[in-house]
Amino acid sequence: MAHPETWLKVTPAGLFCEPGGFYVDPTRAVERAVISHGHSDHARPGHGAVLATAETLAIMRSRMGEARMGAPQVLRYGEVLGLNGVRLWLVPAGHVLGSAQVCLEWQGSRVVVSGDYKRQRDPTCAAFEPVPCDVFVTEATFALPVFRHPPPEAEVAKLLRSLVLFSERTHVVATYSLGKTQRLIRLLREAGWEQPVYLHGAQQTLCALYETLGVKLGELRSATLANKAEMVGGIVLAPPSAVQDRWARRLADPVVVAASGWMRVRQRAKMGGVELPLIISDHADWDELNRTVDEVGAPEVWVTHGRDDALVHAMGLRGIRGRALHLVGLGEEEEEAVP
Amino acid sequence: MSLTVFADLLERLVFTPGRNAKLALLGAWFAEMPDPERGLGLAALTEELVFSRAKPTLVRQVVEARADPVLLALSHDYVGDFAETAALIWPAREGVNAPPPTLAEVMQGLEETPKAELPALLSGWLDTLDPSGRLALLKLITGGLRVGVSARLARVALAEWSGQAVEDVEEVWHGIAPPYTSLFAWLEGRAERPDPREVPVFRPLMLAHPLEDFAGLRAADWRAEWKWDGIRVQLVAGPGGRRLWSRGADDISASFPEIVAAMEFHGVLDGELLVLRDGVVAPFADLQQRLNRKTVGAKMLREFPAAVRLYDQLFDGAEDLRALPFDARRARLEAFVAREQPARMDVSELIEFRDFAELEDLRAGARAAEIEGLMLKRADSPYVAGRQKGLWWKWKRDPLSVDAVLMYAQRGHGKRSSFYSDYTFGLWRDDGAGAAELVPIGKAYSGYTDAELAWLDKWIRANTTQRFGPVREVAKELVLEVAFDAAQLSPRHKSGVALRFPRIARLRRDKPAAEADRLESLMAHIGRPAGVA
Repeated sequence: MAHPETWLKVTPAGLFCEPGGFYVDPTRAVERAVISHGHSDHARPGHGAVLATAETLAIMRSRMGEARMGAPQVLRYGEVLGLNGVRLWLVPAGHVLGSAQVCLEWQGSRVVVSGDYKRQRDPTCAAFEPVPCDVFVTEATFALPVFRHPPPEAEVAKLLRSLVLFSERTHVVATYSLGKTQRLIRLLREAGWEQPVYLHGAQQTLCALYETLGVKLGELRSATLANKAEMVGGIVLAPPSAVQDRWARRLADPVVVAASGWMRVRQRAKMGGVELPLIISDHADWDELNRTVDEVGAPEVWVTHGRDDALVHAMGLRGIRGRALHLVGLGEEEEEAVP
Repeated sequence: MSLTVFADLLERLVFTPGRNAKLALLGAWFAEMPDPERGLGLAALTEELVFSRAKPTLVRQVVEARADPVLLALSHDYVGDFAETAALIWPAREGVNAPPPTLAEVMQGLEETPKAELPALLSGWLDTLDPSGRLALLKLITGGLRVGVSARLARVALAEWSGQAVEDVEEVWHGIAPPYTSLFAWLEGRAERPDPREVPVFRPLMLAHPLEDFAGLRAADWRAEWKWDGIRVQLVAGPGGRRLWSRGADDISASFPEIVAAMEFHGVLDGELLVLRDGVVAPFADLQQRLNRKTVGAKMLREFPAAVRLYDQLFDGAEDLRALPFDARRARLEAFVAREQPARMDVSELIEFRDFAELEDLRAGARAAEIEGLMLKRADSPYVAGRQKGLWWKWKRDPLSVDAVLMYAQRGHGKRSSFYSDYTFGLWRDDGAGAAELVPIGKAYSGYTDAELAWLDKWIRANTTQRFGPVREVAKELVLEVAFDAAQLSPRHKSGVALRFPRIARLRRDKPAAEADRLESLMAHIGRPAGVA
């Protein structure tokens, strides 16, 4: 059996599968790339050819345009592809719509590159499936034991209570455009919120795309076109940058809400001027990370980015060999960026 | 009611920047919680609960028993606050069948449990709570809830919720201990107002309005005094004890033991607390050295000797003088001081004047930093709580000003949360290598018009050079005329100077930054009895 270190290399452009001749989530433009999901630190423009799920390719097309995304090739979950003797298949990662773990096998050893993932329920994407492997490649965005995400349903209930308490104000929720926004809308619908949800322009496109891909989101309206009075007592979703910017002045005495795993720590939330922090994350928390590592049973775990020191230490206590890859360029986008 | 409900209140308060929203949250707490939980919660918020046996080391002890030391250290390093780290890292335990404790159970448990059994007690409670409940419990022990509720705000909330005047609430407040059951009974109309009797309670102070103009005022109806730049205090002494109260009804007795020792009388006096050396009033910064100290050393007492300059008398013995006219109270005060001869106290002199023109000259001539301006009191005014128009006027001297350069800006809160509305500004000084550098001298977040705020916000966004969280550093190009009431030496500030009540007077878009004022010229005027800085 060839140890994965001999055929899956850490390069300046990211993880490179040497026998297969392709990169996984490269941070620079390369000839052939396998893309785990559509967040912009994983799906970058300018590659020659890109392989991903149909949903991820649709997201890339919407975000960067046909011309910059590279020649697309669809691979369905579970469908196995042979590339120069490397077996490659995709398994749901539960992170955002279309997100996949990249499973690779060569000469009898198996690596699973999980991309970003979570284990919590998410009605907008397929759930994570653990795949037994020899090396598990994981993120560590929230890899400190202080990060334990509560059930998202309870967090949404907090938002609904606040809407009753401050009915004369507009609640504006800072959410990242891809994944978090759609998940929050679905959670709101499940909790019985039937009124229109108002959106910043950046989120409208992706919500429309989710709808065409089969994720029903209910009535959505443009916050940019709506008048101030109409949005009183309502919910507006906008990217964090817009919430702090002049854009938010169109809202009546807004209650600033943020939905992120970072909201667990009080000072982080206060620093951002957040009045109602909701701990809703698309990343695995401390318990999910450790549970996942145990479930896949890999004797060796590579940590791509995030709080690798704590995770490597905790795995070491259980006899799992941890290796910090320090991949540069991951965690720069979306939720992973510390606010 | 369990601690979880109190934890929810804390969580809402900590993230609610607006005063009105805080008042609404507190009002809901008073209305919905039963006794004694609501009163204990109130006492916790105003930091009147202190546990003699449960200390911060107890928290450390129980957490270290449950968490891996490396992970605890990494987490503490990330979170910053130990109590919060502990609350978050605490591992949930399956099958805990006990309900979370109530506030009353926590109070009782922490006071009555033998020290050796405290760790087990605390661990057991932590197992029943969620993270915000754990944080509330741990913060009760370590102190410093830091949710932005002062004792004053809590009393305003009680007043607004009950419809009683805040002055009446304040007068009763200090005579009652947590959980304030008799206070709530009165506020809900179920009982008579509690009688403070001999307890040295705070009586709300009489305050003044800023003087608008002299039209319609007859000089003969008015008395004038200097407005000293210290802090307004109330001295209460009698058989029931002695207290030194701040204007906001905080008990500051412990910070000024020499004043308390000198209160060998029975009565209630109103005056200005100052640092006084050989009869000369020291700058406000000297008094600041003495504030907010739980204990005061001999060196502090020697170097920053405190005194009280008396303005008024509310009680002589048990006799309430507040309904008497000012002239009569003043006569009583002078007689009282002559009789009792309290150490460290004198009576603020009345200023003779024939007409307001003469008074205006006197005011213009008094530029000493320790004088804020003049007080005008109507000769027949009773001593009434709060700010009643037409009885007392404060006539502050004209503000000083500097032309400073905008250095940093920070977003405001609430309605201003999308505006850069807090400004740090600086003056030029020599950097020691022959060039000029800016040194920050203060921060202002008022004084501008809405239009100026919008312009400033736009300018700041267009001229940002660096960002630090909510703070932006800007190009050092915009001059602000900053008005302030006084400037004082302050070793605690990088520039060595502290401004009192700085506010933005004007935007000097016409002035090049290089022509803004220099720190030396401001320093040269500190404490000088004349001129503009």
